[in-house]
Amino acid sequence: MKSATTAPGDVTSFSLGLALPLGLAFAIFFVLPLAQLVYLSLHNDTAATVWGLGQYVKFLTDPFSLAVLGSTLLLGAEVTLTCLVLGYPIAWLYQRSGSRVQTLIIMIVLLPLLTSVVVRTFAWIVILGRQGIINSVLQSLGLIGTPLRMIYTQGGLIAALAQVQMPLMVLPLITAIGRIDPNLSDASASLGAGSWRTFVKVMLPLSMPGIIAGCTLTYAAAITAFITQSLVGGGQMLFMPMYLYQQASTLQNWPFAAAISIIFLFAVLAIVALFSTLGRRARGYGDAR
Amino acid sequence: MSRRQRNWEALSFQIVMTVIAMLALILIVSPSLVVLIVSFTSGFSLKFPPPGYSTRWYVELWNAWQLQFAARNSLVVALWSTGLSIVLGVAAALAISRSKTLTAKLLDSLFMSPLVLPALAFGLAALMFFSLIGLPVSLLTLVIGHTIVCVPYVVRNTVAALAQLEPTLLESSAILGASRLYTFRRIVLPLIRPGIISGAFIAFMSSFDNVPVSLFLRDAATDMLPIRMWQDLEGKLDVTIAALSSVLIIATVALMAIMERTTGLSKRLTG
Repeated sequence: MKSATTAPGDVTSFSLGLALPLGLAFAIFFVLPLAQLVYLSLHNDTAATVWGLGQYVKFLTDPFSLAVLGSTLLLGAEVTLTCLVLGYPIAWLYQRSGSRVQTLIIMIVLLPLLTSVVVRTFAWIVILGRQGIINSVLQSLGLIGTPLRMIYTQGGLIAALAQVQMPLMVLPLITAIGRIDPNLSDASASLGAGSWRTFVKVMLPLSMPGIIAGCTLTYAAAITAFITQSLVGGGQMLFMPMYLYQQASTLQNWPFAAAISIIFLFAVLAIVALFSTLGRRARGYGDAR
Repeated sequence: MSRRQRNWEALSFQIVMTVIAMLALILIVSPSLVVLIVSFTSGFSLKFPPPGYSTRWYVELWNAWQLQFAARNSLVVALWSTGLSIVLGVAAALAISRSKTLTAKLLDSLFMSPLVLPALAFGLAALMFFSLIGLPVSLLTLVIGHTIVCVPYVVRNTVAALAQLEPTLLESSAILGASRLYTFRRIVLPLIRPGIISGAFIAFMSSFDNVPVSLFLRDAATDMLPIRMWQDLEGKLDVTIAALSSVLIIATVALMAIMERTTGLSKRLTG
């Protein structure tokens, strides 16, 4: 029997040793492979015998590679903005609804998150295709004679990616808006501010943590969405994931592919850091008002 | 501002927000509905609306052995990865959730990092690593790779469940003379079970749907369903894929409904 003098920490916590199996698995199958990725990227030849920064120099001085990186980062920004504009009202509606409607909204938002990404992307091929729903409607209304080409366009890709990644934006927003004290909006209204003003001056700044979290998740997911980029974007638009895959699989140029991965990884981390800095600034701004 | 102006102002805000929210919700749902409808077409193309309705593509799916082979592989890998994720992830979550040491914090960041990192980079790294140590790609390498990217979901959900566990319950159990193991089995496990199950569910779904790791770690002998579907779609627009997609959508909705009933999945994901 345990004596009463035993420190409470002894029975309420568990040994750190329980993390050992997963820790070991991560050390061998996660940390080591990534270390090897860095090691390979620091070699100038495909056989990995000559050390050097050649792969990085090659990427950063090649206009084609830089254009691929640039268009990937731009695509992420466009998708994130679309998700924010469409996703915020969903989160707003969620917080004003009764619990039955709330469950329905959550189920609608979760459905694409859990449906296979290939299935979601395939749906957009059906929608945007020459014989797809949009072309059928426009043609039957007599607005267009010949079918529009929407698949393999930047606009089509942004729409598809926005739908595929929407849950990642909406879920953190719902959490953040739910934490806002409703009295603050009432106070703002009773002090004479209208709904729009209250929204811009009170709700938006206070939900900034959710906006930042949602934007970070959406952005990271949109720029790494290999399947959607390849199927809806088509062959003409090349983005970083496909570029990486081509170099690694088709061309077997592992050191260059490794360097692309590292550059891509740092680009993602830089964007995440940028978002969190912006988030702190914006919060400070909101507090100051 | 006059009262009338004020009402109009409030109304315009509500109308704009509600209309955008409705449009966005329709945008989210409609692709799945379109796939369900088009899968029952009697024609050979993905024309919408379909010229007629039939179940011929489901019959076609019944005979599509390549897709079935890939689906079986994906299922096997997802089940193994989820099992491993539960065993390794729950143990790790117990260790790090109630510890305030720096080691625990670092381990937590390490176990969460596959979620932030572009998974494609890890897929490539894993392929190079396995070829370096001379392990040919197989279902085993796929299970290892999938476990690494799926275990964070189990760890995160279990840690969240443990955070809500009252420490006094553990103390009471100990004071009443229960052993640590007995307390774990009878007190801790039942209370954190919904968290473990919802984490395992998300881990299973993300393994079954994984592309970036499978892309590098599979070959013709270990074909995976999402990759098979992607390659089919790159080549030709086959209506069989629509039938398969419909089956997957309905299975997902059914699983979601079960999870919502048993663990309250939606509340967990919105904090």
